[in-house]
Amino acid sequence: MFVRGLKRKCFDGEEDIEGTLAGIKAIPSYNLQRQSLLDMSLVKLQLCHMLVEPNLCRSVLIANTVRQIQEEMTQDGTWQMINTQSTGQASLDRLVSTDILCRSSREQAEGKHVPGYSTFSKDFEGNQAQDSSETMSTASSVQAPRNLQSDVWEMENPQENKGNFQKSLDQIFETLENKSPNSVEDLFSEVDNSYYDLDTMLTGMMSNTKMGHCDGLETFSSPTTTPSNSNCKSDLNELDHIVEILVES
Amino acid sequence: FLGAGGGNDIQWCFSQVKGAVDDDVAEADIISTVEFNHSGELLATGDKGGRVVIFQQEQENKIQSHSRGEYNVYSTFQSHEPEFDYLKSLEIEEKINKIRWLPQKNAAQFLLSTNDKTIKLWKISERDKRPEGYNLKEEDGRYRDPTTVTTLRVPVFRPMDLMVEASPRRIFANAHTYHINSISINSDYETYLSADDLRINLWHLEITDRSFNIVDIKPANMEELTEVITAAEFHPNSCNTFVYSSSKGTIRLCDMRASALCDRHSKLFEEPEDPSNRSFFSEIISSISDVKFSHSGRYMMTRDYLSVKIWDLNMENRPVETYQVHEYLRSKLCSLYENDCIFDKFECCWNGSDSIVMTGSYNNFFRMFDRNTKRDVTLEASRENNKPRTVLKPRKVCASGKRKKDEISVDSLDFNKKILHTAWHPKENIIAVATTNNLYIFQDKMN
Repeated sequence: MFVRGLKRKCFDGEEDIEGTLAGIKAIPSYNLQRQSLLDMSLVKLQLCHMLVEPNLCRSVLIANTVRQIQEEMTQDGTWQMINTQSTGQASLDRLVSTDILCRSSREQAEGKHVPGYSTFSKDFEGNQAQDSSETMSTASSVQAPRNLQSDVWEMENPQENKGNFQKSLDQIFETLENKSPNSVEDLFSEVDNSYYDLDTMLTGMMSNTKMGHCDGLETFSSPTTTPSNSNCKSDLNELDHIVEILVES
Repeated sequence: FLGAGGGNDIQWCFSQVKGAVDDDVAEADIISTVEFNHSGELLATGDKGGRVVIFQQEQENKIQSHSRGEYNVYSTFQSHEPEFDYLKSLEIEEKINKIRWLPQKNAAQFLLSTNDKTIKLWKISERDKRPEGYNLKEEDGRYRDPTTVTTLRVPVFRPMDLMVEASPRRIFANAHTYHINSISINSDYETYLSADDLRINLWHLEITDRSFNIVDIKPANMEELTEVITAAEFHPNSCNTFVYSSSKGTIRLCDMRASALCDRHSKLFEEPEDPSNRSFFSEIISSISDVKFSHSGRYMMTRDYLSVKIWDLNMENRPVETYQVHEYLRSKLCSLYENDCIFDKFECCWNGSDSIVMTGSYNNFFRMFDRNTKRDVTLEASRENNKPRTVLKPRKVCASGKRKKDEISVDSLDFNKKILHTAWHPKENIIAVATTNNLYIFQDKMN
């Protein structure tokens, strides 16, 4: 869809290093922007639950955009990056100018300079120095696993991540359908019948799966989902408590 | 462009502006719909506070024929109130989404107004006489002691100050799970359709406890939902035909004679995507925000985020005409996605002869496209030009590069000032343009 290895021209002070790192830098640059778009879209989907009643058309369009990004990321194998990156800052602070995403592929091919229209410029300028080193280190750290363990990553993670991701998208629509207000906990809390299955509880499988699920969500949700995380953990404590009682009796 | 010049070019002049002057906009005053009636004598607006205001054009002053009659307030009433859905714990907004007039059959006027869930049929009638001279009642309404009545008289009608009354005649409720986006009255003048995100219902104007579902695109599993209905309209002449548009940029034409549930379209109108313009936002900007048949019924017009398209009903694979409304926004789609402007739903309208189409944009700009001359013009609704008969100056947006004098650069556009609703008088060159909370009326210059 987009031409890779394209120089970014909208940021000052990078032209010296761009020549040498154009190849490596351009790839994470596009990926970073795409990731930003994904983060922004997920935040939007969460936010729409805090309104009176979600605008279904808007939600559907945003969800479709998220799916498109997910599909593209799965195709080019970058989907596993979600788990490996430290994404504590997966918030709007990380958003950078995404003008590359606005360019048509024709413009990309021509290397046309589109005037940067960065609404995030304030955040970006502050982090600019940081960002370039961050992207560089991310680039190098990502390259390594991809090259050495690409097969392993691809086998293990994308399906699971896809499953988790698909699940949260589905939950978004379920919640939209039921129109239950509004908290993010509702959005991401898992309604899983096996939770109440005595066998799975006693064998301890439930706690492992539950923890894994929360981890998966953490990586691409905004800071506002920390309550949901604690929700998982408090539920687990309750579970342990219940199991204790059952075992003792 | 349409503007100064010879021939048939229209020169648009400011006529009136309605609404509060101050910049602090009360949420309830935000205009949400504008519609002329079939004669053009009445102009209705609906707002976010659930109110309907109807303006009436005063009779043309034969002596001073340099302008057409002005529009003055005729009736104001509260159409919808906020409601609470206890089952879902959600508020139902009172905002009026659409108003549609019925053709006039007698002295009274009728219109349909709808919010997200309920459609109401309103009767607007005039009272300019009242009966006087009752035998058993005093003038103030107190009953007279029958023993004091010695003679009988016949009550007579005497003139009184004009009173315009609006009364709800029908309430069509509980038929929509999702938000109603369109209503459209059939050419049989007996039935009408209402469309929400996933379903379209057919009603009879006399019957409120029943409606027929004619389109249902809700998937069995809501997780599979990828497309919603965005607008629907009946054909102006053919009472069995209607169209509905979707968030994926398609329009489906359905024939109600084919089957009770019109799940299979008779025609599907869709333009193939331009692969060179593909981006993550392609689908969002292809979502159709409005669909309107031409008065002739031969064409229909659709509005998506960046363009207006005219379709010939006989050709499904592409529109016959495409007009760019604000192509300079294509490179700003990311920012417009971030601030949600990309989801703004612009409407569009035809002039009476179907030769010109109009739609709104940002910065209180609106655009007109002449289908015959292929010329277009950008005008602005602003209080700066508010002297009557001031000719509006065409505006120009500078996309990139050097900005010429009088041009406005894209980055200076005010995206909070959006013109979503416009209407064109069915017979004359009079247009109504709604900014956030003001209604502007423009007319062509008469000599």
